[in-house]
Amino acid sequence: MPIEQRPLLKVLHYLGMVLLMAAFVIPFLWMISTSLKSYAETVIFPPKWIPSKIMWSNFTAAWESGPFLKYFMNSVVVSISILLLQFTTIILAAYAFARYRFKGGNLLFGITMVTLMIPGQLIFLPVYLLMSKWGLLNTLFALILPFSSSAFGIFMLRQSFKQVQEELIEAARLDEAPEWKIILKIMVPMARPTLVTFALFSFIAHWNDYFWPLVMTTTDAARTLPIGISKLREVDGGAAWHILMAGNMILVIPILIVFSLAQRHIIKAFVYSGVK
Amino acid sequence: MAQIMLKNIEKRFKQEKVIEGLDLTIEDGSFTVLVGPSGCGKSTTLRMIAGLEQQSDGQIWIGDRCVNGIEPGKRNVAMVFQNYALYPMMTVKENIEFGLVNRKMPKAEREKVIREITEIVGLADYLHKKPQALSGGQRQRVALARAMVKSPAVFLMDEPLSNLDAKLRSQMRTELIQLHKRLGATFVFVTHDQVEAMSMGDRIVIMDKGRIQQADSPMQIYDDPDNLFTAQFIGTPPMNIVTRSKAVEAWDYQVDESVHHIGFRPEKAVMTMDKKAAVGKLHIPARIVTRETLGAEIIYQLESTVGTFYVKSFLKPLETAVEVNVSVSYTDLFYFGQDGQRVRALEPTEVQERLVIAGGGYA
Ligand SMILES: Nc1ncnc2c1ncn2[C@@H]1O[C@H](COP(=O)(O)OP(=O)(O)O)[C@@H](O)[C@H]1O
Ligand SMILES: [Mg+2]
Repeated sequence: MPIEQRPLLKVLHYLGMVLLMAAFVIPFLWMISTSLKSYAETVIFPPKWIPSKIMWSNFTAAWESGPFLKYFMNSVVVSISILLLQFTTIILAAYAFARYRFKGGNLLFGITMVTLMIPGQLIFLPVYLLMSKWGLLNTLFALILPFSSSAFGIFMLRQSFKQVQEELIEAARLDEAPEWKIILKIMVPMARPTLVTFALFSFIAHWNDYFWPLVMTTTDAARTLPIGISKLREVDGGAAWHILMAGNMILVIPILIVFSLAQRHIIKAFVYSGVK
Repeated sequence: MAQIMLKNIEKRFKQEKVIEGLDLTIEDGSFTVLVGPSGCGKSTTLRMIAGLEQQSDGQIWIGDRCVNGIEPGKRNVAMVFQNYALYPMMTVKENIEFGLVNRKMPKAEREKVIREITEIVGLADYLHKKPQALSGGQRQRVALARAMVKSPAVFLMDEPLSNLDAKLRSQMRTELIQLHKRLGATFVFVTHDQVEAMSMGDRIVIMDKGRIQQADSPMQIYDDPDNLFTAQFIGTPPMNIVTRSKAVEAWDYQVDESVHHIGFRPEKAVMTMDKKAAVGKLHIPARIVTRETLGAEIIYQLESTVGTFYVKSFLKPLETAVEVNVSVSYTDLFYFGQDGQRVRALEPTEVQERLVIAGGGYA
């Protein structure tokens, strides 16, 4: 019997959803609230949800506590460059894996899949040594180049490409479309939901990445927002929660903007994969 | 304009030979239909002409050019697929335009061609819709228009009508025939439906198991089938076939040892109430099992000592008669040898029959 016809179940169903949402939303709201409080209000008990005075100045304080414009720009450059590089490599690789049978193809795909299982923490040392040898430490290249492709992206996109009917490509061949046009005008548009979803995951992962920049860089010139924000904890005289939360807001807002732009496509991607 | 020649074509998928020793000439400007049961290699043949599949052996000529190794886009052919294969993210216009853009046709010229063609196929009002928003028939027209704008010498169509409902299908049949007349290009049309083949083609190529069984005009194939397969494939219901041994036993019919099967068309058999054999005719006592009324004609299934067979009649239905006698003129019989090939030399002819009528006994 469907849920709609059982009032009690229906109530429980929605209650469950509300609780689940609360678990995600409350910490987030707490961050917003704290980022707008004065220092005094962050430590009073019982805690207050609504600050008595909105302290926009926390944001300027956070922003000015270090070279935040530099951090911000570095984050933008790193995340976007990674995304562009990954798009280039995964589209080409996924197309080859999905559409061509060639010697060693299965082996290469197998190797690609194996790399999915190796965490970054395991290979950071050799990569560090490599970057050091190339003299790229403390440059943005050290943050970008190691992520110039994505096994996960190749895997997801290969699946989508495989679902494109063979006849579409054949029709395009008969229409004298060159290979690059088949990829860009047929395959990529057909796989758009997958690409958008992948882009979002990749962007968030690298925008929020703390570990990698921490290892590869030591100078502010090459560091990104997450490191800058973590330094806000070290202000003299204990944790300045209001400033730290304002910093976190600066980190999170771009993600929210990207997410709201991509939302329509993400839902589509999941609906598609559910139906097929 | 182009004639297509397939010379000793062979096609293997891995070890499996699906087409062997195929020789075929498709006349310039003809409407040639490749027909045969599912899996006999029609699509593969068509796709080899298009260049979408590489033949394992042999040569393909389009016009005065051997196209082995020439890519699909450069063969001056266009193809219409069974599932239309329209680009879903492009509008109707973009779909039709894609091939022209790739050929770098100037925009003004493109617009003109698209306007003309969409006028012909009746799509002018749908140019800015996406394929999903169209009905099956309209999608079919987009696929046609996409092929037509390139004004190819050869149109290749792989079961293009099989996704349409019956009414639309017969309408599209007529339209395709008219289109062929109008364009004068060579049409190669694949179908598994013999009725479609008969009604559309000016030349029919019947295939079975990767081999051509017969290539002829529709009437020639119907009147003068080369072999058992062709005889049974064309015609609704198919030709009645009786083995020689049964015929000898049941009808006391004398025929040479080299004949293994005897056949006659259901529409050439006549049901009578006469108990006695008429001169020059085969006489088969039988019982009506079922009657299928199709309007103008009626198809009877009959049971006799040689097994079931069909009779097609355009006369008023036989209401009550259950036991009937079927009479078939000797000249309407077809003989087939052990290998299924026609044995024309031994078949009774008009001349012989006249002799029979004049002089009695028949050997
Ligand atoms: N890509 C392929 N790989 C392997 N076998 C194939 C392939 N395409 C077709 N075949 C085989 O070739 C034979 C002919 O197929 P096809 O030309 O599609 O038949 P038709 O169009 O007459 O139904 C079939 O037995 C089919 O299984
Ligand atoms: Mg087929």
